[in-house]
Amino acid sequence: MNRSKQTCVWPVTGMLLLSAVTLATEPAHAADGDAARIARGKYLVTTSACNDCHTPWHVGPAGPEPDMSRMLSGHPESLVIQQPATMPAGPWTLAAAPTNTAWSGPWGVSFTANLTPDPETGLGKWTQATFMQAIRTGRHMGRGRQILPPMPFAMYRNFTDEDLGAIFVYLRSIPAINNRVPEPLPPGATAAAAEK
Amino acid sequence: MSSPAQYLVAAAAALVWAFAVYADPLPEHLRDTGLYDPRTLSFSPQYPLWSDGAHKRRWINLPPGTAIDASRPDAWQFPTGTRLWKEFSLGGPVETRFIERLGDGTWRYAAYVWNEAGTDATLAPPEGIAVLPAHDGYSIPSESDCRACHESAAVPVLGFSALQLSSDRDPLAPHADRHTDIDLDRLVERGLIENLAPGSTRPRVEASSPIERAALGYLHGNCSHCHNETESRVPVDLTLAQSVVDAGSSDRVLRALLRARFLARVSSRNPQQQMPPLGTRHIDVEALALLERWISQKSSTAEESQP
Repeated sequence: MNRSKQTCVWPVTGMLLLSAVTLATEPAHAADGDAARIARGKYLVTTSACNDCHTPWHVGPAGPEPDMSRMLSGHPESLVIQQPATMPAGPWTLAAAPTNTAWSGPWGVSFTANLTPDPETGLGKWTQATFMQAIRTGRHMGRGRQILPPMPFAMYRNFTDEDLGAIFVYLRSIPAINNRVPEPLPPGATAAAAEK
Repeated sequence: MSSPAQYLVAAAAALVWAFAVYADPLPEHLRDTGLYDPRTLSFSPQYPLWSDGAHKRRWINLPPGTAIDASRPDAWQFPTGTRLWKEFSLGGPVETRFIERLGDGTWRYAAYVWNEAGTDATLAPPEGIAVLPAHDGYSIPSESDCRACHESAAVPVLGFSALQLSSDRDPLAPHADRHTDIDLDRLVERGLIENLAPGSTRPRVEASSPIERAALGYLHGNCSHCHNETESRVPVDLTLAQSVVDAGSSDRVLRALLRARFLARVSSRNPQQQMPPLGTRHIDVEALALLERWISQKSSTAEESQP
């Protein structure tokens, strides 16, 4: 009888121990997984030219470079642009602001988005699904107006779900910067008219 | 060890799953989608979506012996095989949109384009059609555009809900059609809905005036599929969905709308600023007047209440 009880007890004890070990190691594995996803996301962001347009450029000691103190915070709200550029004579179509964050072309003026996790002006309230929907559909917030040139969403939509997820997780891990990017200007319009 | 019976059950389950996930391809012709089935019923939401003045007709078909589950009053669950259609007419029929619930719980979306004689409608490509030459710039939405609106709401079926089918219709609702085959009372009579709370066939928007009721209803019908409180909503602090169980504050709604410069957006058709962002190229003048009247009314009430 006692022996029978013992044979029943040991497997149960073993299962409990195994569960305890599993529970104890799960957060560590999850943390490792998050770290690996963030690292993958950082790799993709830094090799896919995101900083070229979403980080304002300035002139550093070695010449023009992204101002990493404002990393991925989009077009600076302090640089007010009122109307599209007037193109010089010749075969010119596009003009860019010195920060490389505002682009004038046949569509009007587009301003690069704040990709930091700031809840009011960045991606702080976005879900991963919203982010993926935006890249896949080329629509602002995944549901709204068309995302404008020069954002190469037609290329980025070819990322796998895993890679887009990693990019989003990385973007959630970077410092939040409060910077309200203006809305795009239509062709030929002024900022004041667009606000009406 | 598994018995032969268990293998059979597993195989049957796998077959059911396979049929559910890999549904038949969409029919090439609208007439083969079930629209003309005698059990197909017409309906009309009391707060219809503005579609540049196109005349619209809508239908639903539930599989035999099934019913809609209204356990969640603001998010009805539709049985597998549910199909809905919406026809857009500009003098004659132009397109008919179609959605269907598949066995795996997902929905599929399609559009059928009518020929000029109005005798046949054929399946549009999933990328849509940018411009229909015969209809002055009219465009057929892509499948991803369908999903953009339908899949940010609590349920992908828009316009067929407790509030939209209420038997207590709003007489001031812009562009509302006359009653058709079914409203909430008719759904109950026909046994097509279950778990609906007793006595709840006449929900209405909670409002302080008839103008406010119509304005909030219009915003619900035209904006709430994106501006709601579900996880799939757009990430903007703006809830325009009306609940039939939990009335919100109209003052809060108006404050949020004004912060979002909504009058400028609904009165613009600049594609980078307009609201709604999809499906319309012309301002809804009647609704704009209603919304302006509501705001004016709210502002005067607020002034009068100040000491």
